[in-house]
Amino acid sequence: MLLPRLIGNDFFGSLKDMQRVQEQLNRLFYEEGKSAEFPPVNVWTSPDGAIVRTEIPGIDPEKIDITIVNETLTIRGSRLEESTKDCHSCHRKERGFGQFVRSLQLPFLVDSDKVKASFKDGVLEIELPRAEADKPRRISVVSE
Amino acid sequence: MSTEVMEACKKEQENQKLQVSQKPEAEQTRAGKVFVPRADIYETQEQLLILADMPGVVEDGVDITLEQNILTIYGRVEEPKLEGYTLAYSEYGVGDFRRVFALSNEIDRDGIQATLKNGVLKLALPKSKRAMPKKIAVSVE
Repeated sequence: MLLPRLIGNDFFGSLKDMQRVQEQLNRLFYEEGKSAEFPPVNVWTSPDGAIVRTEIPGIDPEKIDITIVNETLTIRGSRLEESTKDCHSCHRKERGFGQFVRSLQLPFLVDSDKVKASFKDGVLEIELPRAEADKPRRISVVSE
Repeated sequence: MSTEVMEACKKEQENQKLQVSQKPEAEQTRAGKVFVPRADIYETQEQLLILADMPGVVEDGVDITLEQNILTIYGRVEEPKLEGYTLAYSEYGVGDFRRVFALSNEIDRDGIQATLKNGVLKLALPKSKRAMPKKIAVSVE
């Protein structure tokens, strides 16, 4: 009886208001360049190509699958859960596990024959040379 | 493991690397960012197991110190130098890792083992004999 009077008829309306305020706050604190995708990537570029680095700790390098189709790079893999058969308690579990797929659209065509990938200390590095045909060409003007 | 825990883990994974607060309890002498590595802690009958994600840390870049009951792990990460390249897009910050754990007294300090593989630090902390469960046989008279 008392409750509806306190909240009023506009209970869901005020919920929406709260949501709106929250969204605005989120936008305020949003930091550029951050993403929730896994694995997070850093991309370095040069006129000759790009280097993609990504942090995937605790994965078997042989289980990483990298494919390139035209300008799209796809990284696939899965991280296994540590076997905890003989553990009688798990105090903290922050590390995620499972399958992941990550695709990146590159700003140029890649020479897929020359792509090199290395995995060291949990960091995957993929070197992506730009296709010769895609490189910018300087055209000299001949004065007549 | 319950599905709730699994969901929580998935959510956690979506979050970004957590940076150590700007005002740490001890001032650092090395420039750069310091992150808190994500960690799992398991307990078995004989030992406590800590797993920490520290990508980019090499074996001799790990410092593990145990003072009183405070276990500190520190991993140095060298910023990659790529000649002729410029960072065009960044989703994660590169920096050292540091995390502090408070241990109970029942750890056998001399038996602590640490291994680093594919960027994951694994710490095995054996329990002291005193803390292990003891089986008492009942003799029949």
